[in-house]
Formats: sequence, structure tokens, C-alpha cells
Amino acid sequence: MVGHVRDTKGRSVVVVTGIGIVTSLGHTMADNWVALTAGASGIREITRFATDGLSTKIAGTVDDFEIEPLSAPGLAKAFATASITEAISQSGLGSRSSFPGPLFVATPPAEVEWPVRRQVYESARNGSPVSDARLKQAAREGAYRDMHALFLFGQVGEYLADRFGTLGQPISLSTACASGGTAIQLGVEAIRRGETDAALCVGTDGSVHPESLIRFSLLSALSTRNEPPEEAARPFAKDRDGFVMAEGSAALILESYDAAKARGAKILGVVRGCGERADDFHRTRSKPDGTPIIGAIRNALDDADVTPCQINYINAHGTSTPENDRMEYFSLANVFGEHLADTPISSNKSIVGHTLTAAGAIEAAFSLKTIETGTIPPTINYDIPDPEMPLDVVPNEKRDAQVDMVLSNSFGFGGQNVCLVLSAEPA
Amino acid sequence: MAHQTDEEIWITGIGLVSSLGEGPEDHWCRMGNGGNCEPVVDSETFAPYAVHPLADVDHSTQIPKRGDLRQMGPWQRLGTHTAGLALSDAGIAGDPACLDKIDMIIAADGGERDKDVDSAVLEKIGRRNDPEAFLNETLSTQLRPTLFLTQLPNLMAGNISIVHKVCGSSRTFMGEEMAGVSAAQVALKKMRHGQSELCLIGGAYNAERDDMQFVFELGHYLWPGEFEPLWERQKKGGGIVTGSVGAFLVLESRSHATARGARAYARLSEVLADRCNRAPGAAAENARRQIDELDSSLEAGPLAVLSGACGAEPITSEERAFLESLSNRGLDVSIRAIGSMLGHSVEAQFLSGLALAAIAISKKQLFGPVAGSDAEKPYDGETDRILVTSWGHWRGEGMALVEAAH
Repeated sequence: MVGHVRDTKGRSVVVVTGIGIVTSLGHTMADNWVALTAGASGIREITRFATDGLSTKIAGTVDDFEIEPLSAPGLAKAFATASITEAISQSGLGSRSSFPGPLFVATPPAEVEWPVRRQVYESARNGSPVSDARLKQAAREGAYRDMHALFLFGQVGEYLADRFGTLGQPISLSTACASGGTAIQLGVEAIRRGETDAALCVGTDGSVHPESLIRFSLLSALSTRNEPPEEAARPFAKDRDGFVMAEGSAALILESYDAAKARGAKILGVVRGCGERADDFHRTRSKPDGTPIIGAIRNALDDADVTPCQINYINAHGTSTPENDRMEYFSLANVFGEHLADTPISSNKSIVGHTLTAAGAIEAAFSLKTIETGTIPPTINYDIPDPEMPLDVVPNEKRDAQVDMVLSNSFGFGGQNVCLVLSAEPA
Repeated sequence: MAHQTDEEIWITGIGLVSSLGEGPEDHWCRMGNGGNCEPVVDSETFAPYAVHPLADVDHSTQIPKRGDLRQMGPWQRLGTHTAGLALSDAGIAGDPACLDKIDMIIAADGGERDKDVDSAVLEKIGRRNDPEAFLNETLSTQLRPTLFLTQLPNLMAGNISIVHKVCGSSRTFMGEEMAGVSAAQVALKKMRHGQSELCLIGGAYNAERDDMQFVFELGHYLWPGEFEPLWERQKKGGGIVTGSVGAFLVLESRSHATARGARAYARLSEVLADRCNRAPGAAAENARRQIDELDSSLEAGPLAVLSGACGAEPITSEERAFLESLSNRGLDVSIRAIGSMLGHSVEAQFLSGLALAAIAISKKQLFGPVAGSDAEKPYDGETDRILVTSWGHWRGEGMALVEAAH
């Protein structure tokens, strides 16, 4: 009955009516999907800055946006603007300057970047010998007001709220690599509370710059397999050696099923359930017994009111670090038991790289496309299976299959885990 | 249908650390008790900029493992410490049943940069013909490998999970002052709709940082002169004096609190947030709409206001004029500027306002006016409701109503 469709827990059903995506593979879902299903990697040698002396010289950068001055928040805004424009256009909801719902945006932390810091420092008229004092003095004497706003954490969200006319105060958030999932979860909760019929959920990241690359390198998190770049990300393979930083954005238009039906919108899929669970073990390592990840998966399945057997594809977090992939396998095996061997699981990061703050949203977008097309994108570079992880990773070649229920995993550096259950439209 | 409960949402735990001390009683004694509030100011360390420095705090009382302390910078320690105070105050520290399900929302910025490495780059890079390679080499060899973990915004929540075993949900909101407003607002909405019955919300700000002062000064926001209370800076161009503050609250549904015999400081009745482009009068227009929304709960009469005004102009004057205009609605306002008492604490500003409001309501008395300013008038009546505001220094307008619990 139109007007009162509820899920098994009596809540509004939350559907997706628009998707937009930007990655190193392309600037639209159509371009992304061709490359993703072909297994055509977007990982390449970094040309944005000199990589002299760095152990990692590759990334999945998005290089064809002109930003002046070049900055991570500038790129994050540009990618998000493109993905939101595509999503709104597909959904037909509102207009390009007036979106009838709130904005939840997963955005990377911002910091004054080196070119600006250096420019301010060198502009000091009477340079104090102490560099901190000199920076502040030069800042006060100079005309850098735009730089102040650019490097605020709220900048990306505020810009997008202005640009697309979203309602109310935007929420900017970070749960590290789970951020995109958290943005979607916040939108789902708002619709379930009945406070809005629609929400704009976005993840965006343009953080490939020297300092961020070096920070991840110093934690030994990155692949150093620079040659050839497209073979560096190898989730679940025995010889995986770290993740590859990447950039991009995805935007999802969430609506209540009732509102989407009432306006005759095409429904691309359902966000059936969300689950989360925080890890209390260590800053960079998962709890050895897997309980936080297991808890997040179980909470998502419970929220969606489905059993593991109903899941017919897993979109893995699959970063290609030795630790993540091992713990993801271990936790999935715990929840899925024997059913895991029969459940295809693939990692988009093998092709796109790890888009960090945007990853959860990008992978939700690809999961929905998998449901729509019946094509499972492959895990590439899977030449040497890890015998510890007997998984059907859809190795190297895409596969056609009927997929109507997907588990999408996102595990954040720092212990925040978010899992989503996405499904086909209810009949 | 979406189910909204009429149940009160209580504030059952407060963690508050600032230049004035640690915990509700310290703050009450320094700010209330019938006298004036005497702010604590350090005018030397960051001259010409004054800051409200963090009081002497023994972090080992809340973060007992030395290994944990070493893994954090000052900002994360302050937040993790203050979160522990709030959990203890609520009586749920070490209670696995509660910690396992508590929903945490943190308002965060990032952790401290390494000043020495930054200086090493800045002082030499201009004279190099290979500046990019020099930057790579210096950062790669001189940055402490685990420094990044002290800088990531979501790692404050991560540390709180590790140290205090907070394991339900964990979300980190960003966006300066509005991160704190949104943390409170989302928690309240979740609780009202039965999506949560127990939340930990909070934030921390370390004002004793050159890197943060630098960001403010790019926009010429700081007050560069001798310290004066916030309202006194208005007629001299305005400016922010930052303060180190950790502010955490445990929010709990009345039934959950009652079932475990917890007492309430106050109830969080409403949190509202909006934004504008800061055209003259636009922020006040948002605040007027927020007051309209609260109208049915705001009977005419005396109204205490804890203003989170940052001190920068013209936004501080716009907020003050708006608050004074509430007399047109029969609201006789007595204003206290949090920024005069604790300093401006950005992400923690609104949350410290909620904490202070809850303390004052539990004492049934408002804090004294700040010393050295005649803009704040004494308030003698019994305090059973407080309006809390926080307008971002750049964007966003937040408002809350805190009332006596029943």
C-alpha cells in the first residue's frame, strides 16, 4: 500500500534514488562501471608532486580537475560537487540548487598545507626568528582570509550546503575509512525518525599530498610495489603489502520508499540495515578475537533483519593490508560459517585503491550497481591466493550473477566499524 | 510511524576541565557562589595573544596506563581524560553493560603538529633548489611515525574506546563550533526516537597551540591585545581569546536513568542548529526562528543565557543585540559569556555551555557576572532554565534549552 510501507521493524523503508561517483576510473557511474568491471586499474604514478625519496610513488589520484590553489579541501569539494550533481540529476529530486533534505558529508580532516604555510612564512616583513611567531605575525599582516576558511573542517560541508541548497546545518564527519558508511547511516537514521523524506549522503576525499602520503608510509600502511602501479593493490592475495591511497567521491540520494514511490522515482536499491561497533583494542590493530568487526556485521544483519544465508555478495573492505584482510576474513568466517565459501566477495580497492574517507560511500554505490546490473566486479591482482583465507574473491574477471542482497564492509583506522546491508527494491 | 517519545532526556554525567579546574564543583566554586567569576589568563606564553590555559590536571587519574598516555597528544589526552570524568560522574565508568551499548558522538578537530619539524622545513626550504625533495626527506626522516595517530580527528574517539571501553557506536563530527552543536542535536534526536537510550557526547580544545592560533590568524580572528572580558572587546574591534576546555556529557533517557538510580543535573529539552552565509542580520534571523520553535516552552519572565559568542566581530555584536531583543517577548535575559569565563573552545564551546547550564540548574542558581565588565548583570532568582547559544566564528548558529529535570 503506497504511503505506509514499513520494514519488519515498523520503520520507514529507506531507498536510494540517485547515485553519483568520481574516482580515478572516471567522473560518472557509467565510466566507472565500465572500468571497474573490466578490472582496469586507476592506480598510477603520482605526478601531482615530486616523489623523490618516498618509498611509495603511486596512488589512485583524480588528476583532471582544475583547482586553484590546489588543495585537499579544494579537490574534495570539486569531486563532491561532480558526484552530487550526477546523483541529483539521476534522482530528479529537487533541483541543482535546492535539495529538500539535510547533507551528511564524510570529509577528510583539513590542515594548512605546505605551499600556503610556506607562502605565509616567506611573506613576513620583519621575520621573527621563531617560526611559529613569524607565521602568526605574517598571517595577521597579510590577506589570507580565504585560506582561513579553506582549511576549516567545516569548509567542504558548508560549501556543498550553499552550492546545492540542502536544508539546515550540514553534518561533517569522520570515522576514518568507515566515514562514507557513517554518512549513509546518519541519513538512514534521519529518514527512519521521520524528520525528513530525503537525505544527501556524500563521501569525498582528495588527500593525496606529500604529508598525508608520508604519514601513512611512516605507519607502514602503504604498498611500496611501485612497478607496475596497477598491480600494487592485491586484496586477499598472499603477497599483499599494503593499501594504495586514492581519491574520489560518491553521493547517494536517500529517500523514504513512500516519498520516492509517490513521486514516481526510479528506485535503485534499498539501504536495508546499518550496523556499527567500536574497537577498544588498539589504535592501528583490530582486536584479535574479531569481536568488534563481528559485532558490526551482526548488528547490520540484525538491523536489516536478514540472515547470512540471504547475503549473496559481500563488498569487502579489502584494503590489501596484511592485517585488514586477515581480520576481515576471520570475522566473516565467524558470522557466515560454511556459507562464506559459497558467497562471492570482491574488493573494489584492488582497482580503485583506497579512497579513505570516501570509500564507504563509493563502495555502497558500486554495491547498488552490482545489484542493478547483476555483474560482480572482480578482485584484480589475485594471482597467489592466501591459503589462510579460502574465499571466492571473484578473481581477476567479473562475473554475472543474480545479486539482491549485499553486505558492504567499512572498517576505520582507529576502530570505527560500519557495515551496510543493501538490497534490491522490495517487490 | 516514526515514534517520538515524550520522555525527558537527562544529563546524568558531566566531565568538564578548563582553566578554572576540573569537575562540576570546581567550576561552580570558581564561577558562582554569589561572587564574580575571575577568569584565569596566561598573557605571556603566546604573547601578544592571551589564552585561558588548562588547569593542572593529572591525566593518570583517568588514563592510568603510561602506554596509553604516550600514544596521545595533549588534545587527545584532554578529551580522553574528560570523557572518563563524565562516565565516572554518571556512575557508569567500568560498567560493561552500559559501556557496551553507549552511543558516542565526538566533536573534534585534529591533534597537534610537530613544531620542530615544521620549523626545520620552513627555515631552510626557501634556500633549496630542490624544495619538494627537501620537504619529502625532512618529513620522512623527522616526523615521529605514530604522530599521525595523535592527529587524526577520529582517534580521540578511538582513544576513548580503548581507555574507557566505550564500545557501542562511535562517530566523530567535524566543523568547528557546529560539530559540538550537531553532536548534541543528533544524540538528542536519536534518544527521543528510541534509537538510543544512553549517549556520551563531548569535545575538547587545546588552546595552547601555535598551529591553531595560526589558522585563526589567517582570518584575523584573534584578540591581539591585553586580556579583556569578551563584551569589553566589542567596541575595540572584537577578537577571540581561546581557552583549553574538555567538555563531555552523559545523556540518558529518564527511564534508563531511573532504573539504575541515577540522578539528573538537568534535562536537555531542545537543541537547534542552522546556517547562513553571514550576511548582516542573517544569523540573528536564524536565531529568531529557533526562539520561535522554542516559544511554547519559553514562558515570559527571567531567562538566563549562557552565550557561546566567540568575541570576533561583527558576529558577537549581532548575537548580543539579538539576545537583548528577547525582552520584546517578555524574556528578561541575564547573559553570561562562556568565552569570558573559559575562553573560546571551538568544538567544545557549545558542549561546555550545556555542561555549565546543567551545573547551574542543579544548583538552582546562575553563575556570577565576569569580573571587569558591567555588561553582565547579577541574577538573583532561582534558575530552572537556561538558554545556551553557540554561533560559529565563521558559520553556523546553535541554540539549546536546558531545564530542570522532573
